[in-house]
Amino acid sequence: MEVAKLTDVTRIYKIGEVETRALNGVSITINDGEFTSLVGPSGSGKTTLLQLIGCLDQPTSGKVVIAGQETTGLSRNQRADLRKGTIGFVFQFFALIPTLTAYENVEMPLLLNGRNAAQRRQRVMELLASVGMTDRANNRPDQLSGGQQQRVAVARALATDPKLILADEPTANLDTENGEQVMEIMKKLNKDTGTTFVFATHDPRVIKYASRVVTLQDGLIVKDSDGNGKS
Amino acid sequence: MMNYFKLAYRNLGRHRRRSILSGLALAMGTALLMFIAAFFQGEMRSAMETTLRLNSGHLQVLAADYDPDKLSVAWKYLIEKPEQVAAQIETLEQVDVATPRLLASGIVTVQDDSVGVQIMGIDPASKANDPYRHLVSGDFLAADDREGILIGYPLAQNLGLKTGDQLSLLVNTSDGTVDEQMFTVRGIYTTGTTAYDKGIVFLPLAKAQAFSGAGDHASMIFVLLKDREQADAVAAAIPGGSFQVKTWRELNSLLVLVNDFSNAYLTVINLIILGITVTVIVNTLLMSVFERTREIGILSAIGMKGRQIIALFLAEASLLAVGGIAIGALAGWALSVYFGKVGIYFGDLGLSADMLFEDRIYTYLTLESAINLIITAFVFTIIASLYPARMASRMEPVEALHSAQ
Repeated sequence: MEVAKLTDVTRIYKIGEVETRALNGVSITINDGEFTSLVGPSGSGKTTLLQLIGCLDQPTSGKVVIAGQETTGLSRNQRADLRKGTIGFVFQFFALIPTLTAYENVEMPLLLNGRNAAQRRQRVMELLASVGMTDRANNRPDQLSGGQQQRVAVARALATDPKLILADEPTANLDTENGEQVMEIMKKLNKDTGTTFVFATHDPRVIKYASRVVTLQDGLIVKDSDGNGKS
Repeated sequence: MMNYFKLAYRNLGRHRRRSILSGLALAMGTALLMFIAAFFQGEMRSAMETTLRLNSGHLQVLAADYDPDKLSVAWKYLIEKPEQVAAQIETLEQVDVATPRLLASGIVTVQDDSVGVQIMGIDPASKANDPYRHLVSGDFLAADDREGILIGYPLAQNLGLKTGDQLSLLVNTSDGTVDEQMFTVRGIYTTGTTAYDKGIVFLPLAKAQAFSGAGDHASMIFVLLKDREQADAVAAAIPGGSFQVKTWRELNSLLVLVNDFSNAYLTVINLIILGITVTVIVNTLLMSVFERTREIGILSAIGMKGRQIIALFLAEASLLAVGGIAIGALAGWALSVYFGKVGIYFGDLGLSADMLFEDRIYTYLTLESAINLIITAFVFTIIASLYPARMASRMEPVEALHSAQ
């Protein structure tokens, strides 16, 4: 089953008179349960592709369908609604709200989804346990290491049980041990829950976990292979 | 809703000093608003009360041809048998007191110094004359006193007079001539209104009538009502014909106009203070929006809608407003109560008898005004905060997320 389908997508950024073609007619389908890495050099279009799949941005041309819903022409609020129930994000920087505890950060998407207090409590504790952060539930981000923050971010991304988790360079700011831990957790969640993961990365530690590797260069997909390198 | 406030409270705590200073700016603005309102209200209330109490009363019943500017005691301008008329008016239920008064122009002379005064003949027993019973020295007048005079403290100082001293009083009489007689200063009064006290001297009504040749006549029946808002009803109940009845509104049209002006003036001052104050709040929130751009991007990415981001920033503005306005309202109220008791001394404001101010202005703030100001300050703050809040809500998540990377 298709979680995301992009057809002939182009994204052009215009700064003053200068146009930058970040994606140049890309078509890709992400299927349910995949653990996909988007790889390529800096400026190849990985992050732009991830942002379009995540409805954080809109294409200049082409068609983006997420969980069966065409996203072109959706308003800012409609896109927020779609993200809220369907997509979770893990960012390169440890994107937690600094004034909230680990527990409250994971709880935030559930609040936005209108879950009641009992449901929220149960789900948050479940998720913190799944990323090994139960004992740090009441700590704020500045009291957590980078790896711990990223594990909380993974828990938050999973909070609403989304179909798709998008991660932009999730290990870029982590040391080897923490990077491995975070990837192990995500791989396990992918196996246990069937959640689809898409990463933008050029970290070999991430790529080795991928069941599918999509290589981009100059805004085009130049290679689409399974985890063993077979096209 | 509670979660917005919890988050807002923590966000304000990130830059505690900045939040406290912003709250204090709002507190100072609110305190200033309340104090200025109390000052204006106190000033106008004092002017109105003083003018009604000392000068105009709530109603004046005058002879049909009486001209208050002439101060003539010619009989055709006066009311005949004024005690009877006053007694009749006092039978009306809304009337508290009605008393005859005779007004004449005169000159007080002590050795080589002369001062023009207004001579007022009063019934010493009437409670309408209580404001003149605050004596600096000596005694109040007795009805049968034929040589005593009551003078104001500033006039006594001006002429170097004290109780028991003699002065010469010249009066314009009813037949158009003048008469002069020596009087003994029986007492020196103060109403706290220099402009009034320096120009009015009192004689017992019978003596003033005899001295000025007014006979059994008075210039007016001075009427105080139980409720001044009943003035029109009482005026309508007094038969016309040989009388003209003036209500306090007609007698103090200048004061009523100044009162209206002061309200408009106060509104302008309020707007200026509120404008400056909310600018501080907007500035604080704008800084907060710029500093938290990436965070706004994260919230947006996890599904927070524009109106929810607006609600978050409005919650921060509300907390600042509630804290700042509460402190400011307490401070403003305390200042108003304090200066309402001790007053602020201005001395002789030198205004005409149409509008009398006491030498001290006592601040006065009604609960209604205080609540209005508090609500206005809060609403202004929230409306002004909409600008930074909307700015935050309109950020594109992609741009916001990349702002600080």
